[in-house]
Amino acid sequence: MAQLLALDPLLAGDVDLAVVLIVLLKTVIAFTLLLVSVLFMVWFERKAIGDLQNRIGPNRAGPFGLFQTVADGLKFFMKEDSLPDRADRRIFVLAPYLTAVPAFLVFAVIPIGGDFSGDNRGVIRIFGHDTLMQLADPPIGVLLILAMSSVAVYGIMLAGWSSGSKYPLLGSVRASAQMVSYEAALGLSVVAVVLTAGSLGTNAIVASQSTWSWNLWVTGLVPFVIFVIAGTAELNRPPFDLVEAEQELVGGFNTEYSAFRFALFFLAEFMNTVTMSAIIVTLFLGGPSGPVLFGPGWLWGTVWFSVKLFGFLFMFVWFRATLPRVRYDQLMDLGWKILIPLALGWLLILAGRQVGADAGWNPVVVPLVGVVGLAAVFGMIALALRAATRLRALDEEVGV
Amino acid sequence: MVEVVVFAIAAVVILGGAVGVIFSRNTVHAALSLVATLFGIAVLFVAQEANFLAAVQVIVYAGAIVVLFLFVIMLLGVDRDEDIDAEPLVGQRPAAYALGVLMAAGLVAVVTTSTVTGVPSFAARWVRDGDDVSQIGRLLFTDYVFAMEITSLLLVIAVVGAVIMARTRPGPQIDADEVVPVLPGDHVDHDDEADEADADDEVDAS
Repeated sequence: MAQLLALDPLLAGDVDLAVVLIVLLKTVIAFTLLLVSVLFMVWFERKAIGDLQNRIGPNRAGPFGLFQTVADGLKFFMKEDSLPDRADRRIFVLAPYLTAVPAFLVFAVIPIGGDFSGDNRGVIRIFGHDTLMQLADPPIGVLLILAMSSVAVYGIMLAGWSSGSKYPLLGSVRASAQMVSYEAALGLSVVAVVLTAGSLGTNAIVASQSTWSWNLWVTGLVPFVIFVIAGTAELNRPPFDLVEAEQELVGGFNTEYSAFRFALFFLAEFMNTVTMSAIIVTLFLGGPSGPVLFGPGWLWGTVWFSVKLFGFLFMFVWFRATLPRVRYDQLMDLGWKILIPLALGWLLILAGRQVGADAGWNPVVVPLVGVVGLAAVFGMIALALRAATRLRALDEEVGV
Repeated sequence: MVEVVVFAIAAVVILGGAVGVIFSRNTVHAALSLVATLFGIAVLFVAQEANFLAAVQVIVYAGAIVVLFLFVIMLLGVDRDEDIDAEPLVGQRPAAYALGVLMAAGLVAVVTTSTVTGVPSFAARWVRDGDDVSQIGRLLFTDYVFAMEITSLLLVIAVVGAVIMARTRPGPQIDADEVVPVLPGDHVDHDDEADEADADDEVDAS
């Protein structure tokens, strides 16, 4: 209890008013930061896509159209909130919150600053108390991220079902199938990171990557690529946005939603984009770790974190502007037949390397033997599959 | 104090969810009540400092298994309000009541007559305040490795079985208008000449 609920392990034990205030302050800061970054992200995405498509984008509300999102948000609040006749009322109302709440909870375990250079573990002092620049650092941080991403499926699934209309239902069935299949690849690439870092806590994972030993190259790039692809599918963003393929499904699972409830879905979608970028930065790019050039170290942590985060936010926007949507069977083939076996095989090689390092074996020979062994197994399976296909074709010809 | 409050809230959520599972007329509502129960149990795990079990509870049960339940409910279209007055099995209702009362009586008897000794169990060597993830991992891969391997074998068998059952046989494409036998050996009514001819062709081809 104390570990998970005392939102900061360093504060467990002597809980006084200052501790409560610090936790409250951190909650408010994390929530505001996420909301502001979502406002900025919506504006940035529209503006960047405008530039990429050689048009101007929003430029009326405020300087450079910066207040466009605020204006849109206000409009959502003013609109009539319609409830379809055939909708399942209770679930229809509940579904938007089921997507928005997990999106926020994930952000609570992301370290957004702190000095990780040398032996520092991102600890800062505030009001005479040591604390971390993240809302909570539970010992199961990464598992919490995975749990919340699997809970987020409910919101989309139930929104589509409770609308009582066929296009939302189709959209939500697609969405849940997609999210459930890509969660496997996502989880397997996270296991590679956990294996290298030796801990499930996000703070420990970041600390293990200080002094440039980023998981990006320590785990050999493959888990990173798999995580980015699976993460994009998990977010239902282009090129994997079959959930709201407007040419086929009108608007997908949120077709029947309007006003504030639609705004919640919209908010959750962009919150998820920001948190997924933050997770990638935390797991693979060392989070806030980076060189301290001058002045206070914790400030530089936030600067490095923001720079890395912005890179991935732009990547997601770039994906959307560049890549055409994949077909549904291609999506499933990519997930089940390529990403999951690849992630599993790579995990085996990494585990072999870890065992070799513990036993003091040659660090070059072990992965090589692993690759050769896996290639042999893969070749045998491919041969067996081809033989089975040929036999079946033969059966058909002979007419047995 | 904190533990009591957490337990009380979690208990209300768990029992409320369990009652909802039984009394919901709509199967989707029942499945969602089940999710509430599973979340409450996860909170209780956290209260016992079994953080890993809590996370696994949410990921596996709330995140995967109930999602599959909902999938089946939505795809098979059984999500209408069920008519629970019809009784497909005669006498099942009194039998269920009797068994329920018996179970409750047994539970009350056990709780009232037994005392809590506080002796740790023999099976699990659990170091309190230790890292629960590494402890579970070490036990799984040393003492209980046989049970774990057997379980994974069972899962592999289940997957292979599902693939074999789901495999479509190569053959002539089924026409949407054509009447097809539900089970092998079923008699199929062909009501016009064209269908007869088609059927004859198929016999020839095979």
